Amino acid sequence: MGLSTFSRGIHPPDMKELSSGSPLKPAKQPSTAIIPLSQHIGAPCTSTVDIGQVVLAGQQIGSAGGFVSAPVHASISGKVSAISVFPMANGRMVPCIVIENNNQNQFVDFEVNKDFMSLSPEELKKKITAAGIVGMGGATFPTHVKLSPPKEKPIDAVLINGAECEPYLTADHRQMIERPADVISGLKILMKVLGVKNGYVGIENNKPDAIEKMTEAAKSESAIKIITLEVKYPQGAEKMLIKAILNREVPAGGLPMDIGVVVQNVGTAAAIYEACALGKPLIERVVSVTGNGIKNPSNLIVKIGTTFSQLIEECGGLNNNAVKVISGGPMMGFAVFSLDVPVTKGTSGIVAMSENQVDATEKHGPCIRCGRCIEACPMGLIPSMLSIYSERSMFEGAKEYHLFDCFECGSCTFVCPAKRPIVQFVRLAKSLVKP
Amino acid sequence: MDATLKKDNLLVSVSPHVKSEESVSRIMWTVCLSLMPALISGVYYFGPRAALVTALCILTALFSELLFKRFVNADSTINDGSAFLTGLLVGLNFPATVAFYIPIVSTFFAIVITKQLFGGLGYNVFNPALMARAFALITWPRAMTTWIEPTAKFIGVDAHTTATPLGILKEDGLDKLMAVFGNASSMYTELFFGHRAGSLGETSILALLIGAAILLYKRYITWHIPLSFLGTAALLAWVFGGKTGLFTGDPILHLLSGGMVLGAFFMATDYVTAPSLKAGQILFGVCCGAITMMIRLKGGFPEGVMFAILIMNCFAPIIDRNFKTKVFGAKKANKDKGK
Repeated sequence: MGLSTFSRGIHPPDMKELSSGSPLKPAKQPSTAIIPLSQHIGAPCTSTVDIGQVVLAGQQIGSAGGFVSAPVHASISGKVSAISVFPMANGRMVPCIVIENNNQNQFVDFEVNKDFMSLSPEELKKKITAAGIVGMGGATFPTHVKLSPPKEKPIDAVLINGAECEPYLTADHRQMIERPADVISGLKILMKVLGVKNGYVGIENNKPDAIEKMTEAAKSESAIKIITLEVKYPQGAEKMLIKAILNREVPAGGLPMDIGVVVQNVGTAAAIYEACALGKPLIERVVSVTGNGIKNPSNLIVKIGTTFSQLIEECGGLNNNAVKVISGGPMMGFAVFSLDVPVTKGTSGIVAMSENQVDATEKHGPCIRCGRCIEACPMGLIPSMLSIYSERSMFEGAKEYHLFDCFECGSCTFVCPAKRPIVQFVRLAKSLVKP
Repeated sequence: MDATLKKDNLLVSVSPHVKSEESVSRIMWTVCLSLMPALISGVYYFGPRAALVTALCILTALFSELLFKRFVNADSTINDGSAFLTGLLVGLNFPATVAFYIPIVSTFFAIVITKQLFGGLGYNVFNPALMARAFALITWPRAMTTWIEPTAKFIGVDAHTTATPLGILKEDGLDKLMAVFGNASSMYTELFFGHRAGSLGETSILALLIGAAILLYKRYITWHIPLSFLGTAALLAWVFGGKTGLFTGDPILHLLSGGMVLGAFFMATDYVTAPSLKAGQILFGVCCGAITMMIRLKGGFPEGVMFAILIMNCFAPIIDRNFKTKVFGAKKANKDKGK
């Protein structure tokens, strides 16, 4: 093919046609927003409001709990009715601030800055930090931390991740089509903050319209290259994206900054633009509500804290044959146990799977050592041995097979003909041995 | 039913939530299908008794698997197709004239002792079908080396016993073999189409290659084991196989005769008993080819494919342990296991 990519990987059906033609559309404001104080990797926020207090949309309601943390803001205006723990999509219980919508749609005054590119890198970084921006591809790593590399690790390239390799999801795709200039502006801000001369946007070849729009938007930017990537899962994994675009390998156990790279998702880049140019904190995000179990698959602009049930209802509800609802994509997302969980900064999609796509009675067999998982693993691991060791509770053995280099993309489990839950065996082993 | 009704009834499971269509049973049944040309050629050359022997093997395999699983109180694994495949392969490895109790006892040995007592599918060290043949060859050496002319389609009417090409080569030499077939090119043609004495499923190279093509196309097997196996055997046959000195051997004769093609494509590639890593598979194939030719040229048996694969089966786990993949981001090829 000649397109940039990484070694191995898999080709699951991408199913994106369900929602890729559906333009971004603001979702109805929720009557109640459940805003978690921990929507990121790192220290949870501390609430800065009290029960009964009236808050405006965009107002900070939780302050960062440390350097690796990000503040949270009210996504709607209204009264704080509760501060208590609520279940998240992944099943964890997290302290949340609940806001009852007063339907006044009152916003704090955003500090608009038309000439944002003339701000200093420090000022830009301050705005990004204050806006509570985190990686919106799903990892939710606070963005300002990535923008503060130690001196001994000079950064020379910023990558915008437009691969969107998870099946079904089209949120990044639609943003690249409808807001290409915002994404490019976000990238330019990132490049300025990091003092970097090379910017790249990597987009999988199954989104030709996005590639066209982004190329058009970046036409006058000689420092920015739009890279067409081969369609392959997990092309959007940070390490695989860097390998495909720059042919550099993040060292095992290391970070992209170790090889001079910062990667941000398309949605994050757009949010960075909004934070710096419009003064708007991260209070809404694009969510693909899709899957064969959803009546009208759509790409919605959603206020953080809106529940899954409301969004599903807005998309016509679940089909009769829907049995499973996933937060995120089907390869790495969580199956939710309840639809009353809120959208957070990292919720890229809500995917409803129908009965015929799910075999609830499926049993897994023994490993027949066919080696398909080895051919699929983007990290060059031997997933079969990881699963066998873990299954036998020989977790130290799994460690010898580079257990902690697995980032749980699920490629091995996708291809396994014995239907072994290899990733789950890996998670089990990881939780029971020290790195 | 609407969204609110569904709320309390969601299915929760771990990611990934999508899986490929591939399954163990689909693989096994496809391999069975790919062996049908070989079975048909066996029936064509050796008559209906070939089909009967194979059917007996398959039935015994299924019955033994069922019986064992019942005995140990485990779920039946008949549907995964692996027992059927073992039975089919055992059948293809027998002479069509063999007495009926021999394939029955041998197949029982393959399923119960070689496969199930080692832990069942995925845990057996040795290829069950080859163990059945080895067991039969050692237990009933006469019956297992009594071959009939392929032209004797109607058994009992004019069934002539004869020797296999490799048997003639071993006992009487190349000149005698040439005399049997007339000349070299007609020998190659007869061998390619399978018009020779031998195990009922091993003789027709054409039929076996059709099956192998299916497996390669479906990517159920890759070139690594068959090519390294056949390549090594051909090279050694050419270098050491001649009577008149080095580099005078006939590699084509060796490739087309015995169980070489059946073994290289269908037996040595057995997932469970071969290495998983490609580099290891090449070493495995090279060793299989080398041992086969050592037995054929210097050993007491005319044919060595079976023993070569069984010997290498023992080494498969240790080969896998010593060939490592290049872990993404690791500095060197991953030799530092256990760090």
